[in-house]
Amino acid sequence: MKSLEELKAIRDKMKNQVGIRAEDEHQTRVVVGMATCGIASGARPVLTALSNAVQEKDLSNVMVTQTGCIGLCQYEPIVEVMEPGKEKVTYVKMNPDKAMEVVEQHLIGGKVVVKYTLAQEDIK
Amino acid sequence: MFRSHVLVCGGTGCTSSGSAEIIKKLEEEVKKNGLENEVGVVRTGCFGLCALGPIMIVYPEATFYSMVKVEDIPEIVSEHLLKGRPVKRLLYDETVTETGVKSLGDTDFYKKQHRVALRNCGVINPENIEEYIGTNGYAALGKVLTEMTPDDVIQTLLDSGLRGRGGGGFPTGLKWKLAKGNDADQKYVCCNADEGDPGAFMDRSVLEGDPHAVLEAMAIAGYAIGASQGYIYVRAEYPIAVQRLQIAISQAREYGLLGKNIFESGFDFDIDLRLGAGAFVCGEETALMTSIEGNRGEPRPRPPFPAQKGLFGKPTILNNVETYANIPQIILNGAEWFASMGTEKSKGTKVFALGGKINNTGLVEIPMGTTLREVIEEIGGGIPNGKKFKAAQTGGPSGGCIPAEHFDIPIDYDNLISIGSMMGSGGLIVMDEDDCMVDIAKFFLEFTVDESCGKCTPCRIGTKRMLEILNKITDGQATMEDLDKLEELCYYIKENSLCGLGQTAPNPVLSTLKFFRKEYEAHILDKKCPAGVCKALLSYSIDPEKCRGCTLCSRVCPNNAITGTLKEPHVIDTTKCVKCGACMEKCRFGAISRK
Repeated sequence: MKSLEELKAIRDKMKNQVGIRAEDEHQTRVVVGMATCGIASGARPVLTALSNAVQEKDLSNVMVTQTGCIGLCQYEPIVEVMEPGKEKVTYVKMNPDKAMEVVEQHLIGGKVVVKYTLAQEDIK
Repeated sequence: MFRSHVLVCGGTGCTSSGSAEIIKKLEEEVKKNGLENEVGVVRTGCFGLCALGPIMIVYPEATFYSMVKVEDIPEIVSEHLLKGRPVKRLLYDETVTETGVKSLGDTDFYKKQHRVALRNCGVINPENIEEYIGTNGYAALGKVLTEMTPDDVIQTLLDSGLRGRGGGGFPTGLKWKLAKGNDADQKYVCCNADEGDPGAFMDRSVLEGDPHAVLEAMAIAGYAIGASQGYIYVRAEYPIAVQRLQIAISQAREYGLLGKNIFESGFDFDIDLRLGAGAFVCGEETALMTSIEGNRGEPRPRPPFPAQKGLFGKPTILNNVETYANIPQIILNGAEWFASMGTEKSKGTKVFALGGKINNTGLVEIPMGTTLREVIEEIGGGIPNGKKFKAAQTGGPSGGCIPAEHFDIPIDYDNLISIGSMMGSGGLIVMDEDDCMVDIAKFFLEFTVDESCGKCTPCRIGTKRMLEILNKITDGQATMEDLDKLEELCYYIKENSLCGLGQTAPNPVLSTLKFFRKEYEAHILDKKCPAGVCKALLSYSIDPEKCRGCTLCSRVCPNNAITGTLKEPHVIDTTKCVKCGACMEKCRFGAISRK
């Protein structure tokens, strides 16, 4: 290494990866249902896609994690977004592409992607 | 890119309780479940809570597992890492609440801690330089080399109020200033990692958990005083620390952060390791340098001080591991930031190794000025089995005891000295009512007698005589004149020894005499050990009212000292009794007592 720029380049590359190890209660939590039902309907690619996107786009205030069965197995894969001080948003029947839209519009843009939410489903 | 990081402690404490096998199993299971591209397994340094090892933390949730066994790993992987359901039974109790899982930072153990020197311990993989760079590593060196003059660096340290963490508490900036002021063709920067106090492991944990912080600070020191070569003197009994230092040094060289023309500033600096063979006296600065030079580790008189004539006769600075670990943070955050922590004359934080009769054995870092009560009762989780606090020993064989009456004393350099103890390097051993203070003093004296290098008479012969008197006291053979002689000898050794080892060797005796003289007198006048420790002064007896004649005691006695017939009260023959206590442990009726 010859310059401070090179040092900074390594730091930026590593920062997001090491940053996952920080605890912060003001973080937005993105939770993916990863019970048997979730995995069977394809939750794992959704989880990895979300996790990679959050790290690549340097969203240091967002934490991606998994949870067990949310109870609405027919709507899996389910992704919940919990922002501090706001009501929980539940996205249903997700896939990696839809997840990317959520990252772009909701996590970055701050706008809920209404068309994928549970509220849009006709629950009887 | 990993969505989850599993951090497993690879410090000496957790390694000895099996964390290496856990990491191996974890990697296997992660692979078996097809998670190898999603979950990263990281071997880190010490998390601090050694009593509950092996420890594992799963991020991003920061789930804290304690006392993990290899058999638990498949369950953790399939339940938690795959399905996101933490394995509740393995969670650290303190983090489990009725409503769910509490954040680690809110637990009593971590709440009052403030981590500066330990900031990366248990967070990064110490064998990966990029993780250190990712937490702002080597940025301080970059800043120093490109924006600051050597005088700026020294002034920053002076303003920060940083004092040596190895025990003496000498202002670090002043030490560097003196070394800078002495012109020479070659100067040296040394790191004292010869941590020898019984029960102390602060420096080991820093080296194991964050070795690059020490390398970076040594390079900064080299720039400040004008040295191009550094030596780390580390004891060979720390194999993990030695191995990680070697890895760290070779990575730093590979990345050009050690070697020639660092950051194209024209500054050259390199570091080599020297392993100590385990002599306590080599932690003393002049003996340490003599040992690096390849000679037998013996101290020499000062002056000349190392800043004038140190290693190989050249100006040298020698700082302790923990002192160095603070320096990059001071450079990056500024002197005011550091000086805002701590007390008037002791700034910043201090790492302590908690040991002895305490629930949370382990490593803690607290702001200076935290009271002993907070450290022991809140962070340390109190004393096991509801016993009463008697004293805390700080400073190892050079320090003294802090009795219960000073429980609320804010811990800093000057307060501890004012009550006859010292900060030392940071070992803090807690004692309860079952500990005999004469026995404790004897323990430390035995250590010093063993470790005295023999160069000067007061230390070589004086400590031996002191130990003989202490043995007389614990054997019940001493008179009050012996006690006076012991005290006189203490002052004589203190004033006349060549180096710090001898000058401080009487401290454990002096401080126990000061606060627990009554216990010494009980041994001498009443021939009793109030704590029930000193064997020669104990006698075991059987209460015939309580004895049911079960014969168990006579069967466990290794010396056939107990006789009696079945269903009749038994009797101990005190002339045969070796006072091992086996009978008392086995008796189901509480019939055997020790006085």
